[in-house]
Parts: sequence; C-alpha cells; structure tokens
Amino acid sequence: MMSEPVLKVEGLRKSFTVNRRTVHALNGVSLVLHRGETLGIIGESGSGKSTLGRIAVGLDTPTAGELHIEGMRIDTLPPPVRREKQRQCQMIFQDPYSSLNPRLTVGRQIGEGLFARGERDWPVIKTTVADLLERVGLKREFAKRYPHEFSGGQRQRIAVARALAPSPQIVVADEPVSALDVSIQAQILDLLADLKKDGNLSYLFISHDMAVVARLCDRIAVMHRGRIVECGPVRAVIENPQHPYTRNLLDAVPRFGRRRTGQKPVPVHLPQHGDDDTFVTVAEGHTVLQAAGGF
Amino acid sequence: MSIPYLSVRDLSVSFVTGTGNFYAIDGISFDLARGEILALVGESGSGKSMTSLSIMKLLPAVAQMSGRIQIEGQDISAFGRRQMQDVRGAKIGMIFQEPMTSLNPVLTIARQMTEGLVRHNGVSRREALATSYTWLEDVGIPEPDRVLAQYPHQLSGGMRQRIMIAAALALRPGILIADEPTTALDVTVQSQVLDLLVDLKSRSGSGILLITHDIGVVAETADRVAVMRGGRIVETGTVDEVLRSPQHDYTKALLASHLTVDKGLKQREAEFERARP
Repeated sequence: MMSEPVLKVEGLRKSFTVNRRTVHALNGVSLVLHRGETLGIIGESGSGKSTLGRIAVGLDTPTAGELHIEGMRIDTLPPPVRREKQRQCQMIFQDPYSSLNPRLTVGRQIGEGLFARGERDWPVIKTTVADLLERVGLKREFAKRYPHEFSGGQRQRIAVARALAPSPQIVVADEPVSALDVSIQAQILDLLADLKKDGNLSYLFISHDMAVVARLCDRIAVMHRGRIVECGPVRAVIENPQHPYTRNLLDAVPRFGRRRTGQKPVPVHLPQHGDDDTFVTVAEGHTVLQAAGGF
Repeated sequence: MSIPYLSVRDLSVSFVTGTGNFYAIDGISFDLARGEILALVGESGSGKSMTSLSIMKLLPAVAQMSGRIQIEGQDISAFGRRQMQDVRGAKIGMIFQEPMTSLNPVLTIARQMTEGLVRHNGVSRREALATSYTWLEDVGIPEPDRVLAQYPHQLSGGMRQRIMIAAALALRPGILIADEPTTALDVTVQSQVLDLLVDLKSRSGSGILLITHDIGVVAETADRVAVMRGGRIVETGTVDEVLRSPQHDYTKALLASHLTVDKGLKQREAEFERARP
C-alpha cells in the first residue's frame, strides 16, 4: 500500500517568450514523489529539468497543469495556506557561491527560514540554527561567520542547513554537487543520504550526472526536450534502458575499460514525441514514452 | 631517442603573498611527443591550469616563473612578447573550457578563424576562408558557409567548442593544449567532442595536453597521465599503469573517490541494506 505522494505534478507545461519566440520548456510532465523517496530527474541542458524543480518550489508558475503538495492542489489554495504548503518544499542550488547572501551571517540566513515558519523566540532560533549546522557536519559557532569564510563544500552544507530550516517534507536539489571537486562531492552526497535516514524527507534530485543519480536515487525520470521519456527504479533504467535517448545518455558516460578510437558513432534516430504519445510499462514501475508511430 | 616536441623541466610558478612565496607550481617536469595524449589530472587548485598558462606565457604579470620550457629543442622560457606570438597558435594551440568567453562576441566566426591563418601562414584571406571551411567540415559542422557568417552567440556550446578546435587545429600546431575542453558541455556532446579530439590527433599528428578533473575522460582518451596535487606531479605513467595499479596514496584516493554509475548503484544499495532493521 502506497501512501499519498508528498509531491505530485500532472500535465505540467511551461513556455517562455524569448524575443517574440515561444520556447516550450515543459511539454506536459507528470510525476509523483513518495514520502521518504529520492526521485532523480536526469537530462541535459534545455531538457526542462531545472524548470520543473523551480515550479515545484514555487519560483515559477506553470503555464498549465497541476502541482499537488501533500495531496493539496497548490494553485486553488488561498495565499496564506499556499505559502504554508509551499514551505514544505525547499531548494538547494548548484552554485554555493552565488546562492548564499555574502552580506548576511550564515546564522541569519538559516534563521530566516525558522522566522518565516513563525518562530519568534530568538533563543530558540539560535539553538535551532546551531543544531542545524551540527546536523550538516559544521560547528555550532559557525553561525556568526559570513559565507566568504567557507570553502565550496562547507557552503553547500550551509545551503543544505538553510533548506532544512523550515522543516520541509521535500527538498529539491538542483545539481547540488556539480560545482564541487569529486572528494567533496562524495561528502555532500553522503550527507544528503544521511539526512533522510529517518524516512520523512523526500528529495527531487535534479542532475545531469548519471553516476551521482545512481548513488542517491531510488527512482529516476529521464527528461528530454521538456518531456519525461523514461521513468523507473534506478537499477532497472540503467541496466535495461528502453528509450533511445536514455541509451544515448548512458553510452556517453565516460568509463574505464573503453578507449575512444575517434570513429564517428552511428547516428541515433531519436523519436519526435507529440502530446498524444503514451507511456508503455516495461516492468513493474518502469515506463517508457512510446511515439505514436513506434520507435 | 628523438627530442620530444614539448619538454618541460623544473617548472615553478610562484606568487608573492603577505606570508611569503606561494608556489602554484612547484618544480614539475614532463615531455609530450607528437601524436600522443598526455592528461594532466587533478582537483581544483592542483596547478593544472597554471601549467598550461605558463607554457603559453599567459600568466599574470605578478607571477614569477622559473624552469625550462622547450619546443623542438628550443628554449622558449626567455621568449618575449613578439617571439611568443609566433609560438602561440602556430606551434602550440589552445582551447579553453568556456567556448563562450574564448570567442570574441563581436566578430564573425570567419573573422576569428582566418585571423590566425593569415597571421601565421601568410596566406590570403580567401585561401584562409577555404581552409576554415574544410576544417569546419572536418569537425562535423553542418553548413560551414552559414556558420562562418554567424556570431558566437548564435551557436550552441557544442558548436562553439568544435569551432575552437577547428580554429586551433587549422594552424597545424605541434601540440594542442585542451584545458577542460568538455567540462561545460552536455555528456552526449562531450562524447562527440572527445571522439573528435582523438580522431584529429591521429590524423593531424598533433600531441594533446589534456587538462581535466575527470578520470573517466582520462581512461578513455589519454595515452599517458600525470596526476597533480598542490603544484606537484605526484605520479606519472601510462594510463593503464596509473589507473590499474596506482602507487601514490593521492592517486589511490582520487581513484577511490571517482564515482562511476556502477559504484553509485552499489553504494546506494549497500546503504539501503544497512538501514534495514
């Protein structure tokens, strides 16, 4: 028995107008995120994965489609309730250098989330901030310092603490380790895995890196040109990819034991998906988008 | 033994700081022959990009450089600005990580590609344009005619990086320094660009100094590898030797922290098992 998903989007569409041209970032995306689950969104630049994440946390509004948080449809709620629900969904950004305010102490930035939640007791805020810092592997007294005093890895820990401050149910992490060295990457991934051990937190983990997604995610959704083309348990999708684009993506990942010969690869024909295309179930929980005319 | 095309001996680069000299590069030596790919691998701050900048003599004025850099047996360490202009592009080509900032936004691709050819090879603009056309075709750019008339912002990142490679190789340099050439690119585009580099290396016979943080890329493309840390080369050898039986602790650590798809899957599943009551 599956409980109600913490996050659900249905038929999400988003278009932007750039230079009088309309760009469709999302062409009808539907997915669910269950409690305690980590869902990976993998895709390349322009696939719409970041737009999806921004809509989930309320930084963007969809052109069409529905966003449900904890079973409630967000856009029909009165503003105060909507803000309250939207607070359940927090974000970690890619670049820990530009996502922290350089002029505020770390403690102040983390504390703002608690204040927004309605906490007005300063000693309580102070203690909670220190607890949060400790939870992400930093020292309690770091609250007094400014972002420039920290390394990239430490800053990303601060960004994690800030995201956790309002006690969200969902954390959307948009390429949270892409800007970090590999050894630091591993530490942040371990931290993210550790934080959801009690089973309440859910992640929407957006990344272009197949290895990172394999490390952290229970299920993955592969995005291409504003559509999810394949979705399923992480091992199933990686070991038995069904969509030509997924295969392409997996094959491009550099690996040991393969040498490049300089031979031009055989061009792969990717299907042009339309709005009438439907998902076909390959195995339990593993679905692939099938073009109306077949592959 | 023949003389290697590029030979670097005891290269050091230091900066004067409030607390004494800081060595960004601390006495490194290596050789690079034509037709081989040597990878300099390391994390940020290891000095790998500084190494390429010192070979090209593009270091900031405050940097102090010592050591010997030889090209075909000729010492270029004492070369002035004028002499370096004949080395850059013609003998050593360079491509950077960010093809947006390394192409001039207000000049057409044709202007930027022909500039070096006219300057170094003394050919006419018309001949240079013809050569550029052929090279754009070689790096897999559809409709070179149209692209030559375009400006950098009209092209995608992958296209711009191909143009950089074409522009660099059109001058037939003995070696090409590629500083994180695929880091800013999507993985499928990275794959195409790496194939292209390997193909062009074998066809043009240029040596490539590949600077990267990605061991996966090294494993697939490089012949030899030098692992850098804190301005020093801590281990060097053929790719097979270094990746299969690393000797230095840092190389071991670097390999251990390199995340592959397979390792990722296993690590997550092991965690899941441990968490089960």
